[in-house]
Amino acid sequence: MFEVKNHRWRKVKNGVMESLALGAAGLALVPLALVFYHVVKAGVSSLNWAFFTQLPKPTGEVGGGMANAIVGTFILLGEAAAIGVPVGVLGGVYLSEYGATRLNWWIRFGADILNGVPSIVWGVVVAGLLVVHRITLFGHVLLRRGNSALAGGLVLGLMMIPLVMRTTEEVLRLVPGGYREAALALGVARWRTTLQIVVRTALKGIVTGVLLALARVAGETAPLLFTSGVNLYWMRNLTQPVAALPVQIFSYAIAPYADWHRQAWAAALVLLVFVLLINVGVRVLTRDRFQQNR
Amino acid sequence: MNTIMIDRGEMDTGASPAEPPLSGQAPPSTPALQSLPPSSSTAPALSVKDLCVYFGPNQVLRSVSLEVPARAVTAIIGPSGCGKSTFLRSLNRMHDLVPSARVEGEVKLFGQDIYGPGVEAVLVRRRVGMVFQKSNPFPTMSVSDNVTVGLRLNGLRRRALLAERMEQSLVMAALWDEVKDRLNAPAISLSGGQQQRLCIARALAVQPEVLLMDEPASALDPLATAKIEDLILSLKKDYTIVIVTHNMQQAARVSDFTAFFYLGELIEYDTTSKIFTSPSQKRTEDYVTGRFG
Repeated sequence: MFEVKNHRWRKVKNGVMESLALGAAGLALVPLALVFYHVVKAGVSSLNWAFFTQLPKPTGEVGGGMANAIVGTFILLGEAAAIGVPVGVLGGVYLSEYGATRLNWWIRFGADILNGVPSIVWGVVVAGLLVVHRITLFGHVLLRRGNSALAGGLVLGLMMIPLVMRTTEEVLRLVPGGYREAALALGVARWRTTLQIVVRTALKGIVTGVLLALARVAGETAPLLFTSGVNLYWMRNLTQPVAALPVQIFSYAIAPYADWHRQAWAAALVLLVFVLLINVGVRVLTRDRFQQNR
Repeated sequence: MNTIMIDRGEMDTGASPAEPPLSGQAPPSTPALQSLPPSSSTAPALSVKDLCVYFGPNQVLRSVSLEVPARAVTAIIGPSGCGKSTFLRSLNRMHDLVPSARVEGEVKLFGQDIYGPGVEAVLVRRRVGMVFQKSNPFPTMSVSDNVTVGLRLNGLRRRALLAERMEQSLVMAALWDEVKDRLNAPAISLSGGQQQRLCIARALAVQPEVLLMDEPASALDPLATAKIEDLILSLKKDYTIVIVTHNMQQAARVSDFTAFFYLGELIEYDTTSKIFTSPSQKRTEDYVTGRFG
């Protein structure tokens, strides 16, 4: 009798808790659905061929596109990858394969702090280093004062380093020690073992980490505001300002023109789809890895 | 960087490799030295003297001395934790990778101290190969690439030579007939026993002089184990083999000499038939008759 009652009450409690947890998990998806709904609804109607092929029109004129910002975003991401991937991957290799434990602790601690630094702070710091000064070497001007694609790429690259470093370290740690031992026992030098056995085995995981880091910085706006700046035309070289989709969204969205708002929605949609594609790519990569292990 | 990897000349700075001086030394005062018996007329492949291994503050091996004869199978037996694997790994300097490990004493490979000053562990490992308990073919590589990986990662590029060594090693590892039609298949698509023989082929491809085997069949079924044992017997024509095993029947079946380790010490070392029929130590007898361990 007592047992049965207790059992029923427990079932009720279990049901309530389960639905609360499910509700909370579902609630997390609501913003995602809302973002998608709004961006797709407002963006699709504004997307047209001109958006991808034309430069922005002068203020007041209707039409034009964001071809320069789309290309600019890829240029910035390319620069970021050129800085963030080698440094991040090698740093992760060091943390996982080499290094004294005490130093590792500090490097990890530093990387975690860097991961938490607000992106606008990154922007301010790099602007303070590269944008407000003229960079010279032996009296030769390397970078004149002002916004530049170099500064923008540098901020995004610096932001990628701790992200890539920690994910690289994590996936390298998953490589069984037996593979390292097997290679070393063949008389293979340590650096070759690390590069061609350990890194090779974890390559998919490393690529995944790099892609996720790229997706993360692709949408950064704040650090680009003071570094890559605004450019309504094509960038001629890396020392000039360059347009980027997030910055373009920002400046168009706060402008008082309906046509610019329309284009900002379209840009938001393009950026969202780009990030989504990266994430889908990552899913495909990781699924493949699990299949291989089976 | 060498273009050809197996460069044995590099280690021959120092003592003359021809005649190891060990045999001429005065009988050591340490009672622990167990020099090999009677039947080994040739110079030993490995002679270990007063080997002590520490991991941090723990001493795992206590002054082990023994001589491993060339072109024979030497089995290391003993209960878990007795230092068998630690001993084996000290024969090709695998302990170098563990920061807390410390090795004292002397291990001579055909007369040369592998722990001597200026000796490169990488070069020692090219001459002393190793097969592990858990088969570990590289998952990103095909069957053939797994066999040639040691050669390729040491700079050998000639395709013809690589193909020749690949076939030769797979034949020696008694795997060629089973895999010759699927050389480009992923190595991890092979069965467990095939994977272990693939690892043996991989170790043979770099043409070592000594092959260390750390319980190579303990994860395999009886049929696959029998194949590995046949393989060991056929390999001893050309190689010096040291095998750690938990399985005493296996030691009796494949080895010519057997060393019994207990609590980090070498208790007894003799011909396999002597160890298993009339050991001179009480503890050896208790162990091989199954009274403990």
